[in-house]
Amino acid sequence: MTLDTSRRAFLAGAAAVGTALVVGIRPDGALAANADTMLNPFVRITPDGQVTAIVKHFEMGQGPVTGLTTLIAEELGLTMDQIDYDFAPSNPEVYANMLLGPIQGTGGSTAMANAYAQYRQAGAAAREMLIAAAAETWGVDAGTLKIEDGMVTGAGNSAPLAAFVAKAATLDAPAVPRLKDPSEFRLIGNADVRRLDSAAKGNGTAMYGMDLHLPDQMVTMIARPEQQRATVVSFDDSAAREIKGFISAATLPNHTGVAVFAEHTWAAMRARDALDVTWDTSSAETRSSDEIEAEIRAALEAEPAYNVNKTDAAATQAALDGAAQVVEETFYFPLLAHAPMEPLNCTIEATADGGILMHDAAQIPTLPHSAMAQIFDLPMEKIQIKTMLAGGSFGRRATPEADYQVEAALAFATTDRTRPVKLVWSREDDLRSGYFRPAFGHKVRVGLDEAGNIVGWDHRIAGQSIMKGTPFEQFLVHDGVDHSSVEGASDTPYQIPGAHFGLTDTEKATSTLWWRSVGHTHTAYVMETMMDKAAKAAGVDPVDYRLQYLTGDGVDQQRKAGVLRLAAEKAGWGNAPAGHTQGIAVHKSFASYVAEVVEISGNAEDGVKIEKVTCAVDCGLAVNPDVIKAQMEGGIGYGIGHNMRDKITLTGGVVDQFNFPDYEPLRISDIGAIDVHIVPSAEPPTGVGEPGTPPAAAALANAIAAASDVRIGALPLADNGISFA
Amino acid sequence: MAISLKLNGKDQTVEAEPGTPLLWVIRDELKMTGTKFGCGVASCGACTVHLNGQPVRSCQTYIEDVEGAEITTIEAMEDTKIGGAVQQAWVELDVVQCGYCQSGQIMSAVGLLSENPKPTAQEIDDYMWGNACRCATYQRIRAGIQRAADILEA
Ligand code: FES
Ligand code: FES
Repeated sequence: MTLDTSRRAFLAGAAAVGTALVVGIRPDGALAANADTMLNPFVRITPDGQVTAIVKHFEMGQGPVTGLTTLIAEELGLTMDQIDYDFAPSNPEVYANMLLGPIQGTGGSTAMANAYAQYRQAGAAAREMLIAAAAETWGVDAGTLKIEDGMVTGAGNSAPLAAFVAKAATLDAPAVPRLKDPSEFRLIGNADVRRLDSAAKGNGTAMYGMDLHLPDQMVTMIARPEQQRATVVSFDDSAAREIKGFISAATLPNHTGVAVFAEHTWAAMRARDALDVTWDTSSAETRSSDEIEAEIRAALEAEPAYNVNKTDAAATQAALDGAAQVVEETFYFPLLAHAPMEPLNCTIEATADGGILMHDAAQIPTLPHSAMAQIFDLPMEKIQIKTMLAGGSFGRRATPEADYQVEAALAFATTDRTRPVKLVWSREDDLRSGYFRPAFGHKVRVGLDEAGNIVGWDHRIAGQSIMKGTPFEQFLVHDGVDHSSVEGASDTPYQIPGAHFGLTDTEKATSTLWWRSVGHTHTAYVMETMMDKAAKAAGVDPVDYRLQYLTGDGVDQQRKAGVLRLAAEKAGWGNAPAGHTQGIAVHKSFASYVAEVVEISGNAEDGVKIEKVTCAVDCGLAVNPDVIKAQMEGGIGYGIGHNMRDKITLTGGVVDQFNFPDYEPLRISDIGAIDVHIVPSAEPPTGVGEPGTPPAAAALANAIAAASDVRIGALPLADNGISFA
Repeated sequence: MAISLKLNGKDQTVEAEPGTPLLWVIRDELKMTGTKFGCGVASCGACTVHLNGQPVRSCQTYIEDVEGAEITTIEAMEDTKIGGAVQQAWVELDVVQCGYCQSGQIMSAVGLLSENPKPTAQEIDDYMWGNACRCATYQRIRAGIQRAADILEA
């Protein structure tokens, strides 16, 4: 029975070399197969049976390569070592992020939420087509067949799926394929599924943009002004000419800098240093961070420009006036750099057909794609973007202006375009680039009655809008309110009586940019340290106090309360070992709920050591549990590291920090074990790349406050005399 | 100037200006890109290689100082006993996220295990302090080193 059939079928398939089975999804959402989607599939199966998931989200470590591939493998009945992955080309219509609008991109922790249904559908459609082909070949009912571990079996037959690729490639995609029931899952939710990129990243073979060496390429580095908006008047490259490997230098067409071209990176670095550039600073930025802070603090004392939830501010004031006690705090959050481990880079070359090929780990490829089309005056289809691995991003590889890609394109445009141009940034370029987490201030007054219950919550926010003045404004700014300035505060799941949220925009001195968890980077800290402070004033345990505002049967409240209880239970809340102190925080962001307990030893005076962090996360159905745990671990480290001791400051418009020694990363010795617990859930999957970050610093600050009775409003923590052991 | 050195067991002669960091010779001239550039000032560890068996920051090691030396990079780790064990542990525990720091982490981890086959968590922290990971994979690095120690002991 089986051997002959499979052998014949295999040969038939092999005869049709070149006919791959491809399944994709059209821009209108319908499944499509074969000729209709040949260039832009979601899954591709070559006649030899090799299955490739086409990953439309870029990989900065957050795991979509593994996650999206898992979805295809699950529906197709493969083991993880029977499937490969490739990054999707740039095509905003086919690979749009359904949650970000008509663009292809990764952000807002949306990769899994946006891809979950699509990739399962594509995998399921491919499965049904292969089974239909097998049923026809064997003359049996398709209902009797299944695919398991890459083998099509049933009705007494068994053959590798390769045997049916050629025939399946002639079929139409099913309109609505049957998705597997969760009870059938073997890979989704399986904590033993490993990352697909681990081995390559551990043996040096993984290719990041920085690793690209195209034949005959030049390396370019850009001499930029120290102050934003200064422009090039002229330059003298006579010293650079002495440097071996230097090729040429040219002012960028928009006068934002001078591109130095060299045969290799070290020569480019030296030649750039040797360049003498004269800058026009007449319209350059000259503000200092002290002025930025003063403006924000003043705005907090004035009437807010926007009443975010259009609530009755006078009623809130009256509630505060009548309160038995008012607890209050003013907060300040400095500028922060993203500082991904891999300094920014990208490579541009001309193609034989007169187009442009860009090699980049683009977080939102649609933005540089459009920018390239404009700069080179080419139709979109003449621009290709090849996605490389990213050595981190945290938001930095996506700017509305496609800043570094535009720089590379302008540099390339000054050449005769015969040699590929690789733009390389240094760490100094990265920290001084001017794209920062914006500075924000909050002032919160919470009124409590005799029993310690909240009767009024007046919350004013002032800071530098991220979205205003960008193409994202139309989607994310409503009635003047940039949602990213208030998210996590004005939309809190806490049922707070008498709440009023005010917002005032302040001037930007640098470019502002989303930074891992965006507005939640500051709102979570404020909400959660204020809740803690109110609990203390009320004389109620911080967990119990929060739960009082998460009653009722709203899903938001229940899920938030769920992670709070779970984290408290797993951390042994209230039972810290002698000499240890705990702090807790819980926050919803990107549709996920995360609670964290930070346990410290020591205190504010003698030095604080972070002994342990316990985390509970509810992110809906956990597709890759171990990737989720890793993202929580990383998100916690990112939140804690920056808020411990980092800030970007400006003097006369010039960034004061240069390199890691003055923007000190979290180190291994800074943080103890992180224990992550995932709430079992059948809800659709939600974000995990960012939600670990927001509660982390608040939980640490609450632990410090519990140990030493100091409340810290101005970050970083180290600026308040706190040292870390 | 021409410099002779032994890279991953192979004799090489490279042409570089005095003062050129070993990092850029390895990456740009020899096109071995497993060794990473992260800061250029010896404060992140992404560029860690072994110089005569000792971990060093190749971004602050000048080419003229390595004449005749034996250099080992991440590309040769799988052929070494300790390197292979560390890489195996890294895959078992999925230590990596973006992965960009991990060549350097592994080179330092191998350095540690060569000196101290059974390091405690505190000894790991003390030794690995200079290898930054912006993705904060630290607890898995700690666990990975301890797992590698177990693999080597078995
Ligand atoms: S690149 Fe050498 S230590 Fe950072
Ligand atoms: S894994 Fe990304 S920097 Fe370490």
